[in-house]
Amino acid sequence: MRALTVGLGRRVHAGISEFGYASLLFFEGLYWLLAGPFRRQPVRLSAIAAEMVNIGVSAIPIVCVLAFANGVMMALQGIYTLKDFGAEAQVIPGLGYSITREFGALIVGIVVAGRSGSAIAARIGAMQMSQEIDALRVMGIHPVRYLVSPLLLGMMVMVPVLTVLADAAALSGGGLLCVMQLHMSFGAFWDAVLAVLVPWDFLQGLLKSLVFAVLITLVGVTNGFMAEGGADGLGRITTRSVVLCIAAIIVADMIFTFFLSR
Amino acid sequence: MTRVQDSDEAVVEVEGLVAAYGDRRILHGVDFRVARGEIRVIMGGSGSGKSTLLRHLLGLERPRAGTVRLFGKDIHRLPSGALQALRRRIGVSFQGGALFNSMTVLENVMFPLREHTRLDERTMRIMARMKMEVVNLAGFDDLLPAQLSGGMIKRAALARALVMDPQLLFFDEPSAGLDPVVSAELDELILRLRDTLGITIVVVTHELDSAFKIADTITVLDRGRILMTGPREAVRTADDARIQALLNRRPEALQVDPQEYLERLTRMN
Repeated sequence: MRALTVGLGRRVHAGISEFGYASLLFFEGLYWLLAGPFRRQPVRLSAIAAEMVNIGVSAIPIVCVLAFANGVMMALQGIYTLKDFGAEAQVIPGLGYSITREFGALIVGIVVAGRSGSAIAARIGAMQMSQEIDALRVMGIHPVRYLVSPLLLGMMVMVPVLTVLADAAALSGGGLLCVMQLHMSFGAFWDAVLAVLVPWDFLQGLLKSLVFAVLITLVGVTNGFMAEGGADGLGRITTRSVVLCIAAIIVADMIFTFFLSR
Repeated sequence: MTRVQDSDEAVVEVEGLVAAYGDRRILHGVDFRVARGEIRVIMGGSGSGKSTLLRHLLGLERPRAGTVRLFGKDIHRLPSGALQALRRRIGVSFQGGALFNSMTVLENVMFPLREHTRLDERTMRIMARMKMEVVNLAGFDDLLPAQLSGGMIKRAALARALVMDPQLLFFDEPSAGLDPVVSAELDELILRLRDTLGITIVVVTHELDSAFKIADTITVLDRGRILMTGPREAVRTADDARIQALLNRRPEALQVDPQEYLERLTRMN
């Protein structure tokens, strides 16, 4: 019993201190983005651009394919369910709301968590183990400024951009099904979707994606900086990073949706 | 703040340094000073605390107690801006090189210039290549660290440490994992650096040959305490049994306390 309590206490303590460390990295990352130029340690544009290509541009194909497939799936299920009520046409607002508010951002979040959440943790973890982070520090280069800030900004730009693309791809997928099953034209589908959607629907998705971007970055870098113990440790933090990223995204999504849809 | 001018002034000054990870004490009050232009070797076996000592000298860890002063400034109490300025006067060559794996050798060597100066690309390239000439790495500009041999990695790391023309150089295990010839070349290089550029050099090593070849003075560290600091001849002829054991590679005599031994074996966690 005592061992159980001690174990629980340790885990809670570790969890809280990890959360604190992640928050610290977040504020330091923002600080260097804003104050770097005045302290003669600006965050390099080239570094930000490189991260944006890594995180965003190379993820475009997979995001589009998955979002499209998801749109098709949702349209299929929607039409099937609504058929019983003879209300198949109501699938269109359903698609519009759920994709823009929810699934666009969620799909992007999960894809980016899988691609970049793991890559960030592995890269920073490897640098930590080979003393490259120490080398940065003794050169007088703040590791957060050099490694975290460009990532943070790159993520916060690219994840929302990907979300816009995912929204478009998923709606197109859903639209294709509607064209085939409801015997309407593609143009009519888009008119119907855009008639029910207001900018706030898109904004909800974009806001969520911004939060996901921050979560993925922080989980990745926190795990990377905490890396220790050789190849084994590197494998562990990479796995941990992906799992935590996806968990954080889904929980955050739930909380967000709870407050936004009241 | 005055800059150190007198050659007798210490460049590195450590007083009462106590280091610990959690409850485990690694250094028990270490004192020593390194004068300008000196080559100091910090010597000790594994587990003697020499790596921990180096991490504290570099400001990578906070001491539990005591002070570390570089160029007369307490590095653990310096505001971050001043510490950054101080760090530009210090070069560090890490044990494994710590080269950035995603960059070529030339980019690695140019990196401090790129981050700290506003020189144009061509000037930086020339300065970096000059340092690469010094360490005999000319012509290896475009190789990645993964393509280098152990000795080349150490030399590239040294070139990067030197590129900002530091007044103080820390060198962690220059000869670990190298063959005797390459290791001797590095020793020559260290001596030449001090003689031509007047850099103060602190070397941490467990290699005896190399230590006695390059050192002006040697600090012998054992189990977190300094056994002695002195000129290399004095260390070589020291009476201390522990120092002689280290120098002659004698395993330490086992002290067997039957009671304690039994307790160790039967202990429950």
